[in-house]
Amino acid sequence: MFESISEKLQGVFDRLGKKGKLTEKDVDEALREVRLALLEADVNFKVVRTFVARVRERAVGIEVLESLTPAQQVVKIVNEEMVGLLGESARLSTAPSPPTVIMLVGLQGSGKTTTASKVALHLRKLGQMPLLVAADPYRPAAITQLQVLGKQLDIPVYTKEGASPPDVCIEAVREARSTGRTPVILDTAGRLHIDDELMAELAQIKRRTTPTEVLLVVDAMTGQDAVKVAEAFHQRVGLTGLVLTKMDGDARGGAALSIREVSGVPIKFLGTGERPEALELFHPDRLASRILGMGDVLSLIERAQEVFDQDRAQELQKKMRTATFDLEDFLDQMQQVRKLGPMSQLVDMIPGMSRAMKHSGQASIEEGDLKQIEAIILSMTPHERQHPEIIGGSRRKRIAKGSGTSAADVNQLLNQFKQAQQMMKAVAGGKVPRNMAHLFR
Amino acid sequence: MFRRLFKKDPQLEEGVKKTRASFFGRIAVVLGRTQISEETWNEVEELLIGADVGVAATEALLDRLRLRFARGEFRTGEDLNVGLQDELVELLRPPKGQLPGLPGPGLNEGLAVVLVIGVNGVGKTTTIAKLGNYWRGQGRRVILAAGDTFRAAGSAQLEVWADRLGLPCIGSQSGADPGSIVFDAISAAKARGLDTVIVDTAGRLHTKTNLMEELRKIRRIVERHEIPSHSLLVLDATTGQNAILQARAFADAAGLDGIVVTKLDGTARGGMVFSIVPELNAPVWFVGTGEQVDDLSEFDPEAFVGALFDSGNGESRDV
Repeated sequence: MFESISEKLQGVFDRLGKKGKLTEKDVDEALREVRLALLEADVNFKVVRTFVARVRERAVGIEVLESLTPAQQVVKIVNEEMVGLLGESARLSTAPSPPTVIMLVGLQGSGKTTTASKVALHLRKLGQMPLLVAADPYRPAAITQLQVLGKQLDIPVYTKEGASPPDVCIEAVREARSTGRTPVILDTAGRLHIDDELMAELAQIKRRTTPTEVLLVVDAMTGQDAVKVAEAFHQRVGLTGLVLTKMDGDARGGAALSIREVSGVPIKFLGTGERPEALELFHPDRLASRILGMGDVLSLIERAQEVFDQDRAQELQKKMRTATFDLEDFLDQMQQVRKLGPMSQLVDMIPGMSRAMKHSGQASIEEGDLKQIEAIILSMTPHERQHPEIIGGSRRKRIAKGSGTSAADVNQLLNQFKQAQQMMKAVAGGKVPRNMAHLFR
Repeated sequence: MFRRLFKKDPQLEEGVKKTRASFFGRIAVVLGRTQISEETWNEVEELLIGADVGVAATEALLDRLRLRFARGEFRTGEDLNVGLQDELVELLRPPKGQLPGLPGPGLNEGLAVVLVIGVNGVGKTTTIAKLGNYWRGQGRRVILAAGDTFRAAGSAQLEVWADRLGLPCIGSQSGADPGSIVFDAISAAKARGLDTVIVDTAGRLHTKTNLMEELRKIRRIVERHEIPSHSLLVLDATTGQNAILQARAFADAAGLDGIVVTKLDGTARGGMVFSIVPELNAPVWFVGTGEQVDDLSEFDPEAFVGALFDSGNGESRDV
């Protein structure tokens, strides 16, 4: 797993043990770490070079702010530069006279067809009447794929057997004009940026349908090659925006930075899953944190809000306040947390967490540990879950047997729970650790 | 000493040729200079990183090369060139006892199941069509199983290929249990006397716990039949360092017996295999170099590395 850049920088400055002005030496040492972090995030090495040079220029000689450590000061500059480079989130533009045409282009497998249906759904939610166009006659069943998606979403899909992609697109636009549908979303075939013939086909589609938006769909996992791909598509077709897909994985998404640098076009959407709703607007600060490996607390909070049941959360809060939280609630909590995703991934989303765990000698929270805890609690009677203090020797033996664990495992869990309960009592008494307070609001 | 160590593979050469002049080919230019200076090392570093070899693997390589340089093994840039190629080829050598060869990489005679796995959009289904065609060409009797029951028309895509190739295919309904399709395919293979079951699986991001568990289950179902089974991971050459995380997670869930690197006909280099192959001890079986059914080559480490180093005039360097 990647260590957070701010933690690495802190290490550098701990060694240097300095305060005051950032000297060239400080900055260079710090920027070595920044460079590594960016390369690990798949930012193109040429983009890294210019980026680091820009940060260096800004950072050398700067007075370290009273409230910051030198490491934080450097991270702040890096972050500001990156947010600036990523640019603002931009909305889709519409044509002065309908229909608006949105053209999706990209390499094979970047997620164009899925994105086409997501964009269509997104725009329909905004009150528009989209038409999807299947313009990929090359990949077997690509047209069927779009038809199936259109049917699921109840959005019409224009197809024409045997026609060339430019003809399909222009006729779809004509039909949309006569039926009053807008926007028209063109799902073009995936192609290599060095395939002359197919790139010429795209240029032709663009010329004939005059799209308002030409969006390059890029896989967030793309490596160093992203620069060449973007350059070629931009040069041949002229892009107006980017969609970064598969952001629900753990790729850091450095390709976005590379593409922004070489094309200058704004990032319009992020694809965050296979469901048609999994399309998000882009937030430069979040993506910057992710590329730098600084954790993504905002996304975690959002995901938590999606998954957690609000009523249950309130009930839980009350129980915590009155310190009547029992093992039944604990089990419920654990099951909800597990819905958020694999533990290792959650840990990475919290800044400092992976480092703290490494320091405490705990390599990782194993998914298996959680399953074991679950098994132990499930082997208790409801009465035992509500009153764990009644669990004595023979009950413990029975629970261990029932959950396939040992009496020591059961003991360990009970002790941990007792500690948690004590902490909750402290919290209920108003002694909330300052940096946790906002989580309980 | 640096003669042609590898047999010529026209497809792979063609696939890599398109870019060698503009990119990795530069390495030859850089190293063609006689003096080895600090600048040489920096440029080698950037060239490796630019090919997605990754920071860690690049630094490990450079450390070894610097050591050899300090020992006086290299005098000229050309020596360093040869040394670098040797190191790279060494990283890709299949683990001992796992020689790719007849009757096709990794498959012995008799019934075998090949589980084709990977994240979304790497080219699993196309690769399966190519594999089916390849192994049939090796005299094997192939059946395909459309285990992608998740993606809209995932099964249809494979069935179109099966039709074109005239290969039998166990189709599936959307939402069906992939485990039962694998079971059906194995039963069908036994009943019809076929020996190679190639199973398509739905693309899944390696971070999705439930989907990875499903894969674990599919592998278990195959193993229950006590048939030699192989998990073949498909990696997109365009992918950067995330490929390493993918490979680890898939190896954990389904085991990892071999790798197919696809889309090598673009400008991407597929340099992440230099980290993955040694770490997970899994060889690359094939490379994909296009959308046609015969755009598949057996992997040959010397050819792979050698083609990357080619100077771009269409012929290998004979030094």
